[in-house]
Amino acid sequence: MRHEISILIIGLFVVLTTASVTAAVLSARAPKPLSATLVNLTQRINAWWVMVGLMTVAFFFGRYGMTILFALISFAALREFVTLTHSRRSDHWVLLGMFGIVIPFQYWLVWTAWYGLFVIFIPVYCFLLMPAITALHGDTERFLERIAAQQWAIMISVYCVSHVPALLTLDVPGFEGRNLLLIAFLIIVVQGSDVLQYIFGKLFGNHRFSPTVSPSKTWEGLIGGLVASSLLGALLSFITRFSPLQASAVAFVACTMGFLGGLVASAIKRDQGVKDWGHLIEGHGGMLDRTDSLVFAAPIFFHIVRYFWTA
Amino acid sequence: MSRLSLRTFTLLQTVTSVSLSALAWAVTGVRPIWSGSQPSDRQRIYFANHTSHGDFILLSACLSEKERAITRAIAAAEYWGKSRLRRFIAEDLLSSVLISRQWTSLEENPISVMLSVLDQGHSLIIFPEATRNMGDELLPFRSGLYNLSMARPDVELIPCWIENMSRVLPKGQFLPVPLLCRVVFGAPVSVAPGEERRAFLDRARAALLALNPRPARDD
Repeated sequence: MRHEISILIIGLFVVLTTASVTAAVLSARAPKPLSATLVNLTQRINAWWVMVGLMTVAFFFGRYGMTILFALISFAALREFVTLTHSRRSDHWVLLGMFGIVIPFQYWLVWTAWYGLFVIFIPVYCFLLMPAITALHGDTERFLERIAAQQWAIMISVYCVSHVPALLTLDVPGFEGRNLLLIAFLIIVVQGSDVLQYIFGKLFGNHRFSPTVSPSKTWEGLIGGLVASSLLGALLSFITRFSPLQASAVAFVACTMGFLGGLVASAIKRDQGVKDWGHLIEGHGGMLDRTDSLVFAAPIFFHIVRYFWTA
Repeated sequence: MSRLSLRTFTLLQTVTSVSLSALAWAVTGVRPIWSGSQPSDRQRIYFANHTSHGDFILLSACLSEKERAITRAIAAAEYWGKSRLRRFIAEDLLSSVLISRQWTSLEENPISVMLSVLDQGHSLIIFPEATRNMGDELLPFRSGLYNLSMARPDVELIPCWIENMSRVLPKGQFLPVPLLCRVVFGAPVSVAPGEERRAFLDRARAALLALNPRPARDD
């Protein structure tokens, strides 16, 4: 596994260096003051260095690193989601429980690989018990809106995100002890697809995909990004148990889900009247702005691998 | 005025203030938005909406360490002076200044207490609603803001809108829900020549309300 990880790290280093150099050359040639797009591009690339650095560190700590990192990502994402949606004074205990009980318990289930409860704890137990607690408080003002927002908050920020470290619990025959590479494959392909869609959109974007939801998504970006990231998936098949063809198909599905995740996140933001979820990551916005695609891709990727590749 | 006479933080107060600011950041990711004023170490009175005990911690977390060390929050003696523990927390840990709503002797007069703190060179954090507000509407302001401004016209009055704190730590709760908070610092307000007390207080209140980045949606 060391061999594959070294290749990945060198590859990412080369890509990021190329990106930084390109941005620096573009900025040097562009008329001053720099356009907002160029400033934002440089910020985004700098943030990528930090994110790739943090992921690499977490990788070296293996199962500990991944579980803790994604629990923290869930925390940041949940905080952004709950901040943006409506809640009332009487929701205080439910909200506390989402941070204090749901996150730790869901990641404990990931840690102990208790699959049976991991998949139903939030969609069954939290789904039924949280609105019950809200009803017991007796405050019915905008009741359905409040409980729906709470469900969405934990489904998106905790349940879906926790499927990334849960990849470590899968038993893929002939792949023992190398599941970290599944996480690397998923994250590189899905985040790579975001970047590729951005690049194709900026270079060739002409026809808007959905002007009412997200003005920045174009057909050219989508198609170019999906094709390129499927190729990226095939290229990365050497770190997985997938054949190149399988890898590109899996990457295609994951990146399509990722695109839909971004679209849904945009619709929620638009509905709530904001542009970004937060300001945690300079140039990108909040944690959910960076992870919206991963959130939609992770559970599907998890179940594809579980269905087709585990014993 | 000489800054040399200024009593800054003791070690205990510095440790408390640094750890509370770190805690405020970890829980709420608090960010200052300077919208009409800039950070400055000149003497100021920060006035803010009040919904939670966490309000002044959040506000001071947005100030630089230097400003924080000379800024005192004004708190109600009726609440914070009730027991020795509360008084210790308020005065010795948080270095707030306690004022009494039902004062009897002249030394307890809130205005003279606050003026004497100003005269030592401190900046103040005050909550002109005078109580933690449980409702959705900003309460009418008490007169203190007007009296302080008339008595010390060269001290800037900065409106500060504290966002979301009523959801993070509502009155009556002691565990905070981690939600993102911002503190919006607006342009200074001052009493116009000949302006009436009530007119000024309403104008200051409107200036504070105008800073709310997410006014309640009426849907």
